Amino acid sequence: MKALAWHGKHDVRVDTVDDPGIVNPRDAIIKVTSTAICGSDLHLYDGYIPTMQSGDILGHEFMGEVVEVGPKSTLKKGQRVVVPFTIACGACYHCGKHQYSACDNGLPADNQDIAQELYGQPMSGLFGYSHMTGGYAGGQAEYVRVPFSDVGPIVIPEGIDDDKVLFLSDILPTGWMAAENAEIEPGDTVAVWGCGPVGLFAVQSAFLMGAERVIAIDHFPHRLELAKKFGAETINFEQSETYEALMLMTGGIGPDAVIDAVGLEAHGFFVDNVIDQIKASTFLGTDRTHSIRQAIVACRKGGRVSMPAVYGGFVDKFPLGAFMEKGLTLKTGQTHVQHYMPGLLQAILDGKIDSDFLISHRMPLEDAPKGYKMFHDNQNEVTKVVLKPGMAAS
Amino acid sequence: MATDLDDAPAVTRKHSNPDRELTAAAVTINRPAAELFAYYRDFTNLPTFMENVIRIDPLGGGRSHWVVKAPGGRSVEWDARVTNEVESEEITWQSEEGADVPNSGRVTFRDAGARGTVVTATIAYEPPAGTIGKLIAKMFQREPAIQARRDLRRFKQLMETGEIATPAMNAQQFEEMGL
Repeated sequence: MKALAWHGKHDVRVDTVDDPGIVNPRDAIIKVTSTAICGSDLHLYDGYIPTMQSGDILGHEFMGEVVEVGPKSTLKKGQRVVVPFTIACGACYHCGKHQYSACDNGLPADNQDIAQELYGQPMSGLFGYSHMTGGYAGGQAEYVRVPFSDVGPIVIPEGIDDDKVLFLSDILPTGWMAAENAEIEPGDTVAVWGCGPVGLFAVQSAFLMGAERVIAIDHFPHRLELAKKFGAETINFEQSETYEALMLMTGGIGPDAVIDAVGLEAHGFFVDNVIDQIKASTFLGTDRTHSIRQAIVACRKGGRVSMPAVYGGFVDKFPLGAFMEKGLTLKTGQTHVQHYMPGLLQAILDGKIDSDFLISHRMPLEDAPKGYKMFHDNQNEVTKVVLKPGMAAS
Repeated sequence: MATDLDDAPAVTRKHSNPDRELTAAAVTINRPAAELFAYYRDFTNLPTFMENVIRIDPLGGGRSHWVVKAPGGRSVEWDARVTNEVESEEITWQSEEGADVPNSGRVTFRDAGARGTVVTATIAYEPPAGTIGKLIAKMFQREPAIQARRDLRRFKQLMETGEIATPAMNAQQFEEMGL
């Protein structure tokens, strides 16, 4: 089959590789019909994520048709499913609490060592996202082996377009969980750093959860325009001072809840950001974290900090003093996708959440390297690239 | 000398006996102790989740013959006997005279209520001498802690999910990768 494989920094190629097959009883094989390039795939593309190996197949946002099932799978051939990016067993203590991204068993035993050393305990497996998260082949391919297919994939009713439901795989539940972690109360003002897909879904989710105002912060005009479309007020951090603007816009109080949807590759020419970038490039530090620092400083006293943004390593100059003195609460984590999928599918079917607005480009799998480059180089206009393995090559 | 005011398991002591290696790992498995004990007590099951164990042949009377992978495509062997056994709670074993790697160990199964069962494996062994001994020692000095931890994770996966997680894309890759 054809698959998009990582070969190094800014080097991804469509390779011909072996077809996947059933290995374990609960497996299913999915023929991919739509698969998106995620903002976090750019972290791989930019070489920020360790434990990548040449030839690794990328992609963790995908859906398709069930073409083969193991004896313990509950799926049936021909069903259309969206697959969560987190690989979780459904049987361990954490899955029992619906903390799917903390699943004990999704990660192969040997791959758990790295996370155990780095984080204290290993996390769930992830598709197409380095060997630290399992070394599983991802979904930017014609076919994918999906482990624990009786727990993860959600069956999509007939007549619903791929584009409407594809984002149930990651970014929609991630944006929703970000808003949920902000513990929004009616009348709240919520500030969202980053108007990428997760930030934009967090904006929509925050309003659905009762926020009175949402203030979205970015520097890409098109992304700010999308945030506005969903009713957010905006701050362009290149034009205006974010902290000062937030103070004036909230009467000196600060936002009740803040959401960092930017993560470890924060853009912008800020002193701390530049220092982070130098440290990251010399391996003295790993993460560029301007957004979370600013969010903590801006947040009102006793407020909530939600951090869906992906961080992988260490950071210094974390404003621990502000965090403590103001009595803030921080909630974060990889998304418990399986927990949110059914409710969010219903919200899409009911028209409460707009999802396909995000897609700016559709292209065949063969063009994936071009898609990565476009997404990397032009994040203003390229909001989401969806690869369609069935589509005729251009 | 450990004091009474330290409840940390003995294996975690910073100053230990240098002639004797001691390692331990614990895992909580969301299944009843009786079920886990029964699977573990049938030593012929152990190779399903212990990567380095090639096979274990029961010899009767609580004795068994172990064949375990060693570096360089070699293997090491020994006979072991169960020295203590408490149904659903504990199995203790000890290698017999002439073992390539003298070792002893204990696996305990402790009921953890709604969380299932805490399974703790403690293994003590004497690194062998000689040239091959050095190779084996290298493996045994560095690896047992990691190996014990990985094996227990696989035991947990098998018991909780009915299978062992693998990134292999297909059966052929799985053959190449092993457990």
